[in-house]
Order: sequence, then structure tokens, then C-alpha cells
Amino acid sequence: MTQQQQTAGGDVRLAGISKTYGSFTAVQPLDLTVPQGSFFALLGASGCGKTTTLRMIAGLEEATTGTVFLGGKDITDLPPYKRPVNTVFQSYALFPHLDITENVAFGLRRRGIKSVKKQVDDMLELVQLGDFAHRKPHQLSGGQQQRVAVARALINHPQVLLLDEPLGALDLKLRRQMQLELKRIQTEVGITFVHVTHDQEEAMTMADTVAVMNGGRVEQLGAPADLYENPRTTFVANFLGTSNLIEGEIVSTGGDLVVAAGGGKLTLPRERCSAPTTSGGRLLLGIRPEKISLAHADDADDIAAGRNRVTGRITDSSFIGVSTQYVVESPAGTALQVYEQNIERDTRLLPGAEVVLHWNPAHTFGLDAAQDIDAGATSVEDAE
Amino acid sequence: MSLTEAPPAPPSQPEEPQRPKLRKPSTRKRLVPYWLLLPGILWLLVFFALPLVYQASTSVQTGSLEQGFEVTWHFQTYVDALRDYYPQFIRSLLYAGTATILCLLLGYPLAYLIAFKAGRWRNLVLVLVIAPFFTSFLIRTLAWKTILADGGAVVDVLNTLHVLDVTSWLGWTESNRVLATPMAVVCGLTYNFLPFMILPLYTSLERIDGRLHEAAGDLYATPATTFRKVTLPLSMPGVVSGTLLTFIPASGDYVNAELLGSTDTKMVGSVIQSQFLRVLDYPTAAALSFILMAVVLLAVTFYIRRSGTEDLV
Repeated sequence: MTQQQQTAGGDVRLAGISKTYGSFTAVQPLDLTVPQGSFFALLGASGCGKTTTLRMIAGLEEATTGTVFLGGKDITDLPPYKRPVNTVFQSYALFPHLDITENVAFGLRRRGIKSVKKQVDDMLELVQLGDFAHRKPHQLSGGQQQRVAVARALINHPQVLLLDEPLGALDLKLRRQMQLELKRIQTEVGITFVHVTHDQEEAMTMADTVAVMNGGRVEQLGAPADLYENPRTTFVANFLGTSNLIEGEIVSTGGDLVVAAGGGKLTLPRERCSAPTTSGGRLLLGIRPEKISLAHADDADDIAAGRNRVTGRITDSSFIGVSTQYVVESPAGTALQVYEQNIERDTRLLPGAEVVLHWNPAHTFGLDAAQDIDAGATSVEDAE
Repeated sequence: MSLTEAPPAPPSQPEEPQRPKLRKPSTRKRLVPYWLLLPGILWLLVFFALPLVYQASTSVQTGSLEQGFEVTWHFQTYVDALRDYYPQFIRSLLYAGTATILCLLLGYPLAYLIAFKAGRWRNLVLVLVIAPFFTSFLIRTLAWKTILADGGAVVDVLNTLHVLDVTSWLGWTESNRVLATPMAVVCGLTYNFLPFMILPLYTSLERIDGRLHEAAGDLYATPATTFRKVTLPLSMPGVVSGTLLTFIPASGDYVNAELLGSTDTKMVGSVIQSQFLRVLDYPTAAALSFILMAVVLLAVTFYIRRSGTEDLV
């Protein structure tokens, strides 16, 4: 059951896989490799093709083109019941006429395994539901049903466990708890998890690797921290957390890039720019809200040299306990977001105050200005 | 402000402790459910309970139409009725049972198709299932007389295929005839009660979450196993109500036996009808009705107990 016992080469590999319904393309031809034993997240807003991709791995959806490989074996034409993968469905899809034991034992029994009791007991122990073995699904809470769904899939020791928004129906607190739980189980059993979600926080908390999907394509793929620090598209920059994007013109390409924006000059390291850099070209500068420091205009002279500066005026501030979020209007952008930790609060920082935003140039990233600056910025909390 | 330091209540406040008043629902509101029940109760009382009591008293009367009937608690009528007409009873249960099984075999695939595969044709197919009700029961049964008539297309085809040889050997038909045989009666019953099987089956199949099929497939169940382990058990409420809605009226039916059968295929419904309307032996007719009711009730109770669908949602 542990990772070591499984032979290497259990990767899931999608080669040119796509799905079209009539004239609608749900998934553009896609190449993707999920390494064995990893916790892989497909992240995107509803309708981005992430669930369809998952269902093609499960065999519940027929791929229009392309091939699905599992451990080097072509499984594209195998029906779901012949694939060594199991799914945790969005609504759990527990069998209402069977008790928890029989729900969990379902897969084992279908494969002709007679003595299921020990395995079922162990599995219910793993998901901490030992006392509920003889209840019916409708007698369980949402979180408990969710764990039954995980147990029912995991007991089969699939090569890959597919999770289709498994936490979507739970309330926030339970969701956070289940995220840690799922992560614990994954570490314990070492099976490859492919997790579909529209919650960027969930994806970053749980997964080793996140693939951000948009419009049937993978926009960017990488470790959560890497995606967050180095987004390569405006969609990723806005969808994963919040980004301040400032449009400017490249004025110098010797050494660090210097960009004229909002009446001032901002610099960024050349290696952090994913766009072509020619002098005179347009560029989008990105900076995360928590990386910005806020100083009152009167203290502007105290700011260390070499930092990027933008002057502006606070239009809104909201206190949220651990930090205060400010919205700043400036020539560089009408609604720049700044998150300040509440360590020593400057009482002058109220709406209407003239301020200087400053940050370390190394924290700035550069994006191609030809993209939609607002891509991925709309809220997806209510999606699906 | 803490509780202990609460200032004295301002004098303007009433002395009564501030307890939320429990408002009693007004008499009119409480009576509403009973008013709504009244029409139905009255209807059942006048058209069901009273006739039932009247029939019960008739069944223990003796006398004749000329001299009038009198309650003499003559329970022997029941014994005599059962002794004289038990073949018709057995036949009724047999025909109704066969028709119910045929309805189930024909109706289940159709209901399954409507529920899961019909897509945008679903409503159209459902209308087609109910369409026969736009014509009278009697006319539909009479039409079957033509369909199964001697020398008709159906008989010709069955004859050519030598199906009739087999059914005649089994005793279902008689030498190249379908009309006036048990097969005709069972066919008529099956046809007439099929919608009563399909509709409850469809309702309970339609309620099954399609994702359960996917989940079963994902857990190594072949389509056949998925049907056996998931779909069928979850559709049992439909199977039970469908079979009851078919079997109960079919066992008391006499139209099919009268129009499509012969004297050898009489069902208990025909006997009751002729006792009431032709022989004018009201006590025997009433006793037969009660025996039929008791038999059906017993059979149904046994069936529901056995099928164990109580805990199916």
C-alpha cells in the first residue's frame, strides 16, 4: 500500500487529449503528466474543462482525440470498470440502499474478493468512521459521507485516485479540516491523487503540483509557491490570489529592466519577466499586495533607496484582524491593493491620506501586455 | 454593561416580566385541516364505507328476489360460494398473476428506456404510454377481439411460425384459435394494465441519480452488475407499486374474460357480475366479492412483507 511497494512508472500521461461536444470544445488538445505518488490539482473556474479532463482519466467520458496512458499502458479504450482508477464524486454518489460497510466493500466484492471485513474495518478506521459501519448514507453528515466516498474508492488500492470537487458541498471550516485529512491520507497511502477544484486556496494547500486551467487549456503548471510567485499569464496572476498589474513602457534593458509607468520609473529583474523585452515595448508589471509597504507621504524621505515607489491616495481600507487591506488610487492604477500586517499601525493611514507604496524590485514580475489585464480576476467563489 | 450592574427598570415599563407571549393559533386556523379533509371523508363514507356495509349485510342474507331478502347470518353462503366457484378464483389469480409478470417484463425495459435513454423524447414517449386512456377501456378490449380474430393477421402469423402449435400443446390456445382462449384473456389483461405498471416504474427509475451508475462502473461493476446491484434494488418501490396496481384490478376484472374469453376462461369477476345481474342471487355475489377482497388483501400483505421495501427511502 505504500509508495515503495508500487513499481515505478505509474505515471498518468495524457497525450493530445481533447473533448468536444458538437461545436463546443470543452478541453483543447492537452498534454499532461501526473507523476506517480504526487498530489496533483487541476484548478480553474467552472467550465474550464478540469472535470472533463478528470472524467476522461476515469473513463466516464470518451476522449475525442488523444491517448490516456497509465503506467505506460494505453487505457484510452478501456471502460471505467476495467481501469485501475477510482473516483470520489462531487456529490459522493453513495449507494443509498447499502450500509456504509457495503458501500465501502462494493469495489472489493465486484472483483470477487470474499473476505472483506478486515479490509473494510481498516479502511473505516483510516477515515475515522469505525462506529458508523452499519448506518445508511442518509444517516451521516456531509463530512462523514465525504469520508465514506474516499474510503470506498481507496479500499481498492487504485493506481490513481480521482477527486472531483470532493469538498465543494462542505462548509468552510469542515472543508479546511478535510483538506488536511485528505493530505494526511495521501501521504499515508502514497497513491497518486488527481484533485479537481475551483478553490485556489484548496489547490495550493493540498497539492504538490497545480495545473491552472482556463478555457480548456492548461495556462500554467507548477508547484503552488512557484505559480504564486512567478505567474506567466494575467489569468494565473489574478486567479491565484490577488495581483496588482501596472502597465508601462520599457525604457531601459541594460541590467535590470526599467519601466516607465504612472509618471515614475519601476525596475524588475530581467529573469522575472516572461514577456519579450525590447526597449520601447509595453509590459505589465505585477506585484502581490502583501509585498508592498505603505508609508505616509510625509515619511517619503525615510524610504530606502533602490525600492520601487508609487505615490497615491488611500480610497478604502478594511481591517480584517491579522492585517489591514487598503485600496490605493494612483496614476499607475486606479485600485491598487495593499495588505499591511497589523504590527505597528500608522493611525494616519486613513481613506484620503496621501501615501507612497514601496517594495523590493526583486518581488516584481513582468507579463506580456498583450493580454487581458482582468483575466481571471472575477470572483469564482459561487461558481458551480 | 454587565448583568449585576443593570440599572433599575425605567418606571415607564410594565411590571409584567418580559416573557414572550405564546400565541395560540386561532380556532379558525386549527380547523382548516379538518375542513380540507371533509369532502374526501364524506365521499369515502357515502360511496365506499356505506356500500361496503350494505354488501356485508347482503352476503349473510337469505331469500329470493320475489319474497325479499332477510338477514339470517347465513355464513354457509360463503362456504357454498367458495365450493362452487373455486376454479374461477384460482383462474383469476393465475391470469392476473401471469398478466402482472408479463407487464413487468414488458414495462421494465420501456420504463428504463424512458427514464435513462429517451433524452428529449421522454415526454413524447410518456404521452404515448398514456395515450390508450383517451379511448374507453371497453372499446380497446373490443379492438383486441378484431386483432385476435380467427383468420386475422396475428393468428395467421402465429400459425405460420407454428407458435400456436406450442401454445395449444401448453393449453393456452385451442387448435388454430387465439380468441376465446386463456391466451387471449391474458393478452387483453396485459395490454389494458400495462400503463399502470410503466408509470410507477418510470417514477422510481427516474429518481435514481445517474451518478450512481457512474460510481458503480467506477467501482468495477459491469453494466449488468450495475443493474443487478444498484438499479434494480433502487427501483423496487416502483416494482412493488406497479405490480400491485396491475395485479389488484386485473384479478377482479371481468371485461377481458367476457369479451376475449369463453365459458372455460371465466374469471371470478365474471361470476360476480352474472350473479348480480343475471342470476340475481345477491347474497352469493356479495359473498364472492368479499372472498375476492380477502384473498387479494392477504396476497398483497404477504407480497409487501416479502419484498421488504419498507426501508427503501
